[in-house]
Amino acid sequence: MDPVLENLDLFWGGFVRSLGIVLWAFAGSMVLGTALAVCRVSPVPVLRAVGTGYVAVVRNTPLTVVLFLFAFGIPALQVNASFYVFGVAGLVVYTAAFVCEAIRSGINAVAPGQAEAARAIGLTFGQTLTQVVLPQAVRTVVPPLGNVQIAMVKNSAVVGAFGVGGELFSVATRLTSAQGEPRLPVYLGVAAFFLLITLPAGALLARTEQRLAVAR
Amino acid sequence: MSSVLFDEPGPRARRRTRIATGVAAVVVLGLVALAVQRFASTGQFDAELWAPLLDPRTEEFAQVWAILGAGLGTTLRAFALAASASLVLGIVVGAARVSLGRTARLPLVGVVELFRGLPVVVTIFLAAEVLRLLDSGTSSYWALVAGLTAYNSVIIAEVVRAGVLSLPKGQAEAGLAIGLTPAQVMRSVQLPQALRTMLPALISQLVVILKDTALATVVFNDLQDLLYAGDRIRISLDNSLQTLLVVALVYIALCVVLDRAAVWTERRLSRSRPTAAPAVAPAEEAVTRV
Amino acid sequence: MHLRRSALTAAAAASLLALTACGGGSSDTGDAPEPVESASFEAGTTMAELSQAGAITIGTKFDQPGFGLRGLGDTPEGFDVEVGKGIAAQLGLSEDQITWVEAPSSQREDLITQGSVDMVIATYTINDTRKERITFAGPYYVAGQQIMVGEAEDRLTGPDDLRANPDLKICSVNGSTPSENIREYLASPDQLVLFEVYDDCVTAMKNGQVQAMTTDNVILTGYVAENEGEFKLVGEQFTEEPYGIGITKGDTAFCEFVNGALQTMSEDGSYEEAWTSTAGEYEGTEVPTLPTADACV
Repeated sequence: MDPVLENLDLFWGGFVRSLGIVLWAFAGSMVLGTALAVCRVSPVPVLRAVGTGYVAVVRNTPLTVVLFLFAFGIPALQVNASFYVFGVAGLVVYTAAFVCEAIRSGINAVAPGQAEAARAIGLTFGQTLTQVVLPQAVRTVVPPLGNVQIAMVKNSAVVGAFGVGGELFSVATRLTSAQGEPRLPVYLGVAAFFLLITLPAGALLARTEQRLAVAR
Repeated sequence: MSSVLFDEPGPRARRRTRIATGVAAVVVLGLVALAVQRFASTGQFDAELWAPLLDPRTEEFAQVWAILGAGLGTTLRAFALAASASLVLGIVVGAARVSLGRTARLPLVGVVELFRGLPVVVTIFLAAEVLRLLDSGTSSYWALVAGLTAYNSVIIAEVVRAGVLSLPKGQAEAGLAIGLTPAQVMRSVQLPQALRTMLPALISQLVVILKDTALATVVFNDLQDLLYAGDRIRISLDNSLQTLLVVALVYIALCVVLDRAAVWTERRLSRSRPTAAPAVAPAEEAVTRV
Repeated sequence: MHLRRSALTAAAAASLLALTACGGGSSDTGDAPEPVESASFEAGTTMAELSQAGAITIGTKFDQPGFGLRGLGDTPEGFDVEVGKGIAAQLGLSEDQITWVEAPSSQREDLITQGSVDMVIATYTINDTRKERITFAGPYYVAGQQIMVGEAEDRLTGPDDLRANPDLKICSVNGSTPSENIREYLASPDQLVLFEVYDDCVTAMKNGQVQAMTTDNVILTGYVAENEGEFKLVGEQFTEEPYGIGITKGDTAFCEFVNGALQTMSEDGSYEEAWTSTAGEYEGTEVPTLPTADACV
């Protein structure tokens, strides 16, 4: 493991940078995903079509292709941003489709009687959704949503190939390719740093799941 | 249009919905128009950028699609191999994890948890390195298949496990009562039912495998899959946006076909024999396959 | 449109090269070296093996104008490719008997140690780290690292200006020697944008995402020529990059044969011809003379 220990500062820098990417992508995908989910269950057909179309297209496109489009397609439209922003945006756009699906399935899992009761006392769609259904949906939404976001953390490894730079994966390429370090230990090091995020996140999720299950 | 979230709308609600629809339509159309305008003003609709991809009369068309076709072939072959290997391995590991005793399954649980936490890209890299330690001539193609299999068989194992655990206890007990061994119970009673309930989750995992083959372009520089083909074309023709959009469409088409095939299979299976097992909201399971 | 014109120029150049090929259509430049008749080598040597097998596999770049570039066609074209053909010819092999394999920067040593290729000719800088795993024949060319900027860019006149202009971004390839060399000139690591291939750097420059790119001058010259009026080189070269031919570690006999072959090419004019028909077509390049070969170890 020498190549990792000797370059621990590089790895650490990469880890922090990766963490930043993950946090931005988390926040962005939650906002966009929730908005899409609201679209998908709304009474307005146009919005439903938008939500459904978005999910159908994005879910079936490889993340790599999405990132390629952001890094080299979008700039052709003279929309300029740093590759860091493009990388995060690619992750957000991709992950949002799955966040939307997770939230929608949560909304659908709330007992119909709840919404019916809400409507019976005269609440509007917006009120029904925000006051009655969503608070309950949170419970069913947490497990799938947690899985989606853990998957996003893992997916974030790919953005290094699109000019983002400085994150764990670029560090690995730099060490193995430019400095000739042996690959196996370097990639094991990258793996360890990802596990540092995903394993605790998974454990936390499992505990939350149990709590919510008991509370029901 | 029925949803528990809103009533069959009355006249006022209908008017409101109509207004909202109008506003939404205007906004959406506005956004589309904006995008179209942007494409036009930056010259991205220029025929010469699209023609090599779409117009059979151009000189490049045949070359472009020959390259894309070859890439598509590689993608599909890698997918077919990785998918079947993951299914077989995943079912074995999943069944083993349920069947083994608490201590005996510990190493298995460890491996499963470990691989679940790793990015697929890292798994593919590691698979390549390990395989090349064993045989220095291992091609990127096999490294990709091995990496995808290592990651996805673990996920499939978890799906299978969830499926088996969701079955009513009585199923296994009945099997044991008529004198089947635990292995036989697993094979002929539990697995067939579990696989049927978990079919949607399994299929969406297959879609994930198909999409993940595209990682080859990032991990290896010499595996000429569909995305690599697109990469080569966009660089040669200097039309990144157009080529990437076409490549994305091909991937979407592949995934949709796979998805449709799955729905069709599922319908046939559930029609031929009504399932005794309770549904564990498999759709919910499916959405988490990112 | 700007973008498109440059692409057309590239395509036109490529098809021109293809058109000037001899009737067979598989080659590119006018006078491909004739394979040596009755080449015979001592049994057991790599030369004898290759010559008897009637086939050789050579790794080269597929994305470097002037040195090794494969457009939409099947075979790459460039100086490295011509040098490869010249060496193969002296093994008694015609160009139809050469299999070209893509050898990206990060995989060149692996390709050799794995035995996937017989040699790598791929703008391959000779250095000590690499010598630990493989043997270099040559050098057959000496390049140097330089910086390329947009035609209108005047803040950057050399690597030293990078620190004074921290908002400028410079692009190179992930894991390449130039990307390491440039780090010491940067105000912050954020100034360095890395991709898998140089073409993506060019795209990023055209899109205005980055303002400069750096790698060996010969590669940059190719991009300057291909994108007429868009880019220029600035400053002097600040490193020296001798290009070698990578072969299996310790195969001294083969190394000496390759050096001899290069010498022969230099003497019979095919070395110069290889240059003028490829990288030498670009403006601002000079015909190189074959550098003195290093000792084979």
